[in-house]
Amino acid sequence: MLRVVNLGAEVEGTPILNHVNLYIKEGQTYVLFGPNGNGKTSLLMTLIGNPSFKITYGRIIFKGQDINDLSTDQRVKMGMGISFQYPPKVSGLKLIDMLFNCAKQSGTDPSKIYEYAQMLNMEKFLNRSLNVGFSGGEVKRSEVLQLLTLNPDLVLFDEPDSGVDLDNIAIIGSAVGDLLDRKKNKDDRKKSGLIITHQGHILDYVDADYGLILYKGMVACVGDPYDMLDEISKKGYEGCVEKCLKGFQNSIKT
Amino acid sequence: MPERIPKLDKDIKDKLEKVGIEMDKEKRSAIFLQVDQNVETSSSFASGVEMIGIKQALGKYDWLHDYYWKVVSKDKDQYTKEVDVEDVNGYFIRSLPGTKVDFPVEACLYLKSPKKQKVHNIIIAEENSELNIISGCASHPGLTTGMHLGISEFYVKKNAKLSFTMIHNWETNIEVRPRSAAIVEDGGIYISNYIIMNPVKIVQSYPTVHLNGDNSTAIMSSIIVAMDNSIVDTGSRVIIKGKGSSAEILSRAISKGGTIYSRGDIVGDSPDAKGHLECMGMMLSEQGSIIAIPELEAKHPNVDLSHEAAIGKIAEEEIFYLMSRGFTRDEATAAIVRGFLDIEIKGLPIALKKKIDEAINLVERELI
Repeated sequence: MLRVVNLGAEVEGTPILNHVNLYIKEGQTYVLFGPNGNGKTSLLMTLIGNPSFKITYGRIIFKGQDINDLSTDQRVKMGMGISFQYPPKVSGLKLIDMLFNCAKQSGTDPSKIYEYAQMLNMEKFLNRSLNVGFSGGEVKRSEVLQLLTLNPDLVLFDEPDSGVDLDNIAIIGSAVGDLLDRKKNKDDRKKSGLIITHQGHILDYVDADYGLILYKGMVACVGDPYDMLDEISKKGYEGCVEKCLKGFQNSIKT
Repeated sequence: MPERIPKLDKDIKDKLEKVGIEMDKEKRSAIFLQVDQNVETSSSFASGVEMIGIKQALGKYDWLHDYYWKVVSKDKDQYTKEVDVEDVNGYFIRSLPGTKVDFPVEACLYLKSPKKQKVHNIIIAEENSELNIISGCASHPGLTTGMHLGISEFYVKKNAKLSFTMIHNWETNIEVRPRSAAIVEDGGIYISNYIIMNPVKIVQSYPTVHLNGDNSTAIMSSIIVAMDNSIVDTGSRVIIKGKGSSAEILSRAISKGGTIYSRGDIVGDSPDAKGHLECMGMMLSEQGSIIAIPELEAKHPNVDLSHEAAIGKIAEEEIFYLMSRGFTRDEATAAIVRGFLDIEIKGLPIALKKKIDEAINLVERELI
């Protein structure tokens, strides 16, 4: 599904990703851990093609095609999707109109919109301007609702569970599970995902396959996400990374 | 255009159709059309609404002279003085006490010859009535010079509700200087919407609403698009005198090369006056300018007046957000501009909301 080869990227001349390698197969979900400011969001932004994030070297291969030079909408038309941590407010553009557009892109039956909206408890917001006056939980539910309607093959989630209460996490978690085919048998899963989380609450609802720690713009560890979360909560990121990186210390330049 | 006004030239009909003037009695409660100084048609299809030419009305009702030049002063400026002439014309619209008409009234002022069009209108919403008016103003295609001078005096009586939606469709050589004012009595609601999106030489107006009655309300919204070389200098002033009364002034201004002065003034002259003023501007061109001039004046310690103004270019972050849902850059830009212009106007009938949407649709392509 997604192959990231030796990727480097920068924002306004400052390097933010260094030699990132990542391989996500069809049906696999990865969790992305890492301290604040170490490149997690930057990786997602670079993958989706945010124009502020410039690729300096390496390649992003999506569904077998090099997408380095494709614009965001072209990547989305190929089947990528993203939920933002802090999406902007778009006054005057109603959520329902955004959803109709998403349904058009994906060929989703528009009647499904209302079913999904009900599932995410967002019916009351359909005629409201996108994200204007939405609470933290409402923003996250709106993001996931848009993704359900857009129905992407590779879904990138930027902290879908932060700042969200327990009831909302259950609703969002279940929808993320749907989006990533996690409720299907392992062999039947077609969707792939990359989820950024700090506390890992989302993992109570989504059984991810692998965990990664992004540290100083590099992939420092790969492993079982639940063990990793356990390690992080016990030793912190530093301790965890130190353990992972034993043996190739030279690759970290502080 | 229905057969009701058959004597109109084809090119006038075409223009009226193009700018969306609706004269179908199935969709309007009353219609009025004035070309230059002549009333071409004026009729009402609803029992609660009166619609006649102002000259005829002044002859019919003696009491109307008490409303004529009352809220707008004859000596206000050189343009009001110019309208104080024999051959002035215009419309008189009145909703009778206690009546509520479902369909809006359509009044159209059309400038055909390169002279000055002088108009004087009086609109009265009697006690407990509800009246919705669409006023379309347009000029003849290819008119090389021309000027529209219009006096409009609005009276909103006790517990009446009057909405007035004015859509301007001029040409690059036309100068437009309306002079409007309104008096709102106890419990009255006055809603004004002003929309201009086509090129014009200059529009200059600053309508004033006097909230004299207690618990009265004024909501003034403007949607302004100024194309290359157009100058649009407009805004609203509300003077709050009545107890428990409130005013809201909203404007959205887009410059695509033109100059916009977006004005607004709320005077809190009652002990608990409330008012909010909002000017938002978007620059879509390297040329042109937008100048926001919000003013607030409090005359008592407990008034509550606020304003917010922001002018900028279209946010790149919003474009990217929409592109991440599959919009192309152009589609995203169009959707954001459209959203920017979409003011939530409270209490506006659906037919009028639709009309505003149509006006936005007409210019959308030229903007992007």
